[in-house]
Amino acid sequence: MSAKEPAKLDKLDKELLQLLQDDFPVEKRPWAELGKKLGIAEEEVLSRTKRLLSDGVIRKIRSILDAKKLGLCSSTLIAMKVPEEKMEKVVRIVNEYMSVTHNYRREHDYNLWFTITTCGDKDLRDTVEEIKRRAEIPDSDVLDLPDTRLFKIDVRFKFTDADTRR
Amino acid sequence: MDEIDQAIIRITQAGIPLVKEPFEEIAKEIGTSEDEVIARLRKLISKGVVKRLGISVNQRKVGIVANAVVAWKVPKNRVESVGTMLSSYKEITHCYERMTIPGKWECNLFTVIHGYSRDSVEEIAKKLSEDVGINEYLVLFSNEQFKRTSAMPPY
Repeated sequence: MSAKEPAKLDKLDKELLQLLQDDFPVEKRPWAELGKKLGIAEEEVLSRTKRLLSDGVIRKIRSILDAKKLGLCSSTLIAMKVPEEKMEKVVRIVNEYMSVTHNYRREHDYNLWFTITTCGDKDLRDTVEEIKRRAEIPDSDVLDLPDTRLFKIDVRFKFTDADTRR
Repeated sequence: MDEIDQAIIRITQAGIPLVKEPFEEIAKEIGTSEDEVIARLRKLISKGVVKRLGISVNQRKVGIVANAVVAWKVPKNRVESVGTMLSSYKEITHCYERMTIPGKWECNLFTVIHGYSRDSVEEIAKKLSEDVGINEYLVLFSNEQFKRTSAMPPY
């Protein structure tokens, strides 16, 4: 199965995904708790979850942090005009950085868009300057757009909507 | 936050083990009790440092194949209300105000819209535009994902 191809999910898979996303129980036997809600046994919840993981539908189950409450984190969005022949090299350089969390090609003259978030002692400005220099993209072809205010970050989906997919 | 809290965050960031009693396993790794791990996690959640435990999804695998940054040019005095309105839509996962670069980049409000098709994302953007009364916006579809991960805490 290719990474880009949607997986086959039954109704129970979608309900399980919804619960795993919205409210993973902080209980001694979380799978048993989920099983109660879904009406299936603990073992089946666990085996279905393992299958979703091995099929690549889920990457992992993890704690989702509030970066602002952890403090000392700052971030910016960078857009670059990258000539096609340089794209591969620039992407390789940008992706090397742990502090680069998202990196996409987008349909615009500015064709590469990535976010940098640094926490603790690392300086955001130093990282931005280093990436620009190593990528050899002139300032005239770069947008550096630090956030000034966070309104919302909540990456949660309604999996049952997948039924309406065209 | 002490070292045990930090260890709990570090381990749960890497991923919760897929075993019947995951918090017992985490407790063993840290050298504390299962009850302690559960109590501390609940406290971190109630304080809001940890928003929740949950999956990270491979969006394409569940059919969410379209995502776009929609950047809006919003007059300064309307940023507050427009940002709040846009944030209330479930299709919008991110909403930030960002600095502008006069003459070079004028869009100041950035949203991310996810959808099950390119058309649906365009429709959502159009509907939002009408709802908030902002006509100047750019829909920047992503056609290739090079990296998607989460920010690492400083320990």
